[in-house]
Amino acid sequence: MSQTDLEIVVDDPTAPEDNSPSLASTHAVEIIVCLLLLALAATLGYDNWRTGASWDSTGPEPGYFPFYLSLVLGGGSLYGLIAALAARRKASETFVTRAQARRVMAVFVPTLLFCLVTQFLGLYVASFLLIAGFMRLVGKIALWKSLLTAFLFTAVMFVTFDMAFDVIMPKGPLEAAFGY
Amino acid sequence: MEAFGLLLHGFAVLLTWKTLVLMMVGLVLGIFVGVLPGLGGPNGVAILLPLTFTMDPTSAIVMLSCIYWGALFGGAITSILFNIPGEAWSVATTFDGYPMAQQGRAAEALTAAFTSSFIGSLVAVLLITFLAPMISSFALKFGPPEFFAVYLLTFCSFVGLGREARHKTVISMSLGLLLAGVGMDTVSGQLRMTFGSAELLRGINFLVAVIGLFGISEILLTMEERLALRGHAASISLRVVLGVWKDLPKYWMTLLRSSFIGCWLGITPGGAIAASFMGYNLAKRFAKDPESFGKGRIEGVFAPETAAHASGTSALLPMLALGIPGSGTAAILLGGLMVWGLNPGPLLFVEHKDFVWGLIASMYLGNVVGLVLVLTTVPIFASILRVPFAAVAPMIVVSCAIGAYAIQNAMFDIWLMLGFGLVGYVFKKIGIPLAPFTLALVLGNRAEDAFRLSMIGSGGDLKVFWSNGLVGSITTLAIVLLFWPVIDGLLARVGRTRRTRTADAPTPPSRP
Repeated sequence: MSQTDLEIVVDDPTAPEDNSPSLASTHAVEIIVCLLLLALAATLGYDNWRTGASWDSTGPEPGYFPFYLSLVLGGGSLYGLIAALAARRKASETFVTRAQARRVMAVFVPTLLFCLVTQFLGLYVASFLLIAGFMRLVGKIALWKSLLTAFLFTAVMFVTFDMAFDVIMPKGPLEAAFGY
Repeated sequence: MEAFGLLLHGFAVLLTWKTLVLMMVGLVLGIFVGVLPGLGGPNGVAILLPLTFTMDPTSAIVMLSCIYWGALFGGAITSILFNIPGEAWSVATTFDGYPMAQQGRAAEALTAAFTSSFIGSLVAVLLITFLAPMISSFALKFGPPEFFAVYLLTFCSFVGLGREARHKTVISMSLGLLLAGVGMDTVSGQLRMTFGSAELLRGINFLVAVIGLFGISEILLTMEERLALRGHAASISLRVVLGVWKDLPKYWMTLLRSSFIGCWLGITPGGAIAASFMGYNLAKRFAKDPESFGKGRIEGVFAPETAAHASGTSALLPMLALGIPGSGTAAILLGGLMVWGLNPGPLLFVEHKDFVWGLIASMYLGNVVGLVLVLTTVPIFASILRVPFAAVAPMIVVSCAIGAYAIQNAMFDIWLMLGFGLVGYVFKKIGIPLAPFTLALVLGNRAEDAFRLSMIGSGGDLKVFWSNGLVGSITTLAIVLLFWPVIDGLLARVGRTRRTRTADAPTPPSRP
């Protein structure tokens, strides 16, 4: 076998453009995340206080550990919030550009739909629809290739999990029609 | 040599057709996820974990750890051929590996990478074989206070020694500990943080969170980037392999140094990235002609790969001996142990001898088989990159969903996974580290139980954590590590003033 030095080249026709405008800055996102975490810390802290966060004769009550952890989480996010607000004036990095956000949404929205469909029609139907739809609409791959890949992958998953390994997945009317 | 006898027993457990086939399947799947863009060790293990749920624990861990070795080998392929590090610890491999590929020495670089990975893991496995039983038998004497002290040490070392901004590590860790507490309280049986929801009663499963955080979020992140790539295809001939191996003894010092660094940093949490860079930098510093590094020098591949794999493997040592994972992947394997009904911790070595020694034996065997496999199949795996991402991404999403659902047969978990995917995406982009979160989520309940059992034992007296020399020194060390940045700063300042006083001249700060 002689050493070949072929090139492997893969193109990405739908790549995000480099000069796309910024949709959100990292600082803005940091501030939002810190506020959300602060709210979460307050909610959990209150709930644990209600459960009982004091120290009785046998040691801490059930809410003791989580209550103080919520305080730590709150403190950490408050610090993060102040740090992010203080650094706001400086040139802020881009969190995501518009082109990037479009691509992320192109995965996230189908995934969300996939979860919804799984809930009602079962995982295998949802899986077929997700793979075929994504390959055809986002990847611009030929329809027959998309359908075939989706069918094969879903079938392999069904055989592997539901039949060979007995890992039972959520199923819907289609599987029921075939007696599963 | 008790360990040796047990190891032979481990090989006996392993040498059945079934486990050998599972091993090969694991390695191939592992290399596959290692080569695919946007996936790597922890993601691969997390996504493929559900495959193992119905197996017996020994077959399951053998397959899973082989997925991990495979992913480590696969990461090197993309680093060298395409200049795309599959993992953060493969970054240092690209420095000299890619230039070598450009000079048409791709086969040589790949052989060097695979061989040194093998050597690094081998040294670490030897360490595990002889050290882990000793540590675990020592840890058998631990009571709840000692265990809590060790957990505390793990958490504190993340905060004190982490590279990320301190408050972000604290946020990530406290969030993980909090979410670990959701559901039924194991000590009192009371419900906590469920807000009346029946779904939250079960608690937030660690593996569901991991699949979302590492699997789904990684897909979102990968889509953001330009996925076009251009690289070299290479096949490895026996002549090249033998040529590289013949030169190996010349580099024994580099290999040994990197293995040592890797083992040391691997046992402390999150060390593999640091290990690979440190291995590379030290090799460069000790070389006679440091300027030739970065231009395609074979030592520049040997050093980081050996260190990264030694540390990736030795991260399993604290997991096996103490039930404390040393890396993200080790944490996922630990989550797997719990699913298979094993209780991680020092008792594992006593109660599940077959399992532990089977795993250790599989590390030896998996690495040998893996080495042969990658050396012979590189061209096939490199061409996996030709498969369009638009086909791979939805398949990964489906695999993640299957994994999340299979753990507790709950549709709610699929939604939870999606939520964690979003959280992981945002956290990664604003620099909140995910490793402390993962570790806290998997260890949270055990740490809390240990704390509360110690409190019940001592009647609520905190002095129990300093009640004897052992627990006292671990607790003190934990607190020192927590405040290490402050202490380090003070030490540096004291050192500087003393030096300026004696030398009477300003000295540059010693730390970068």
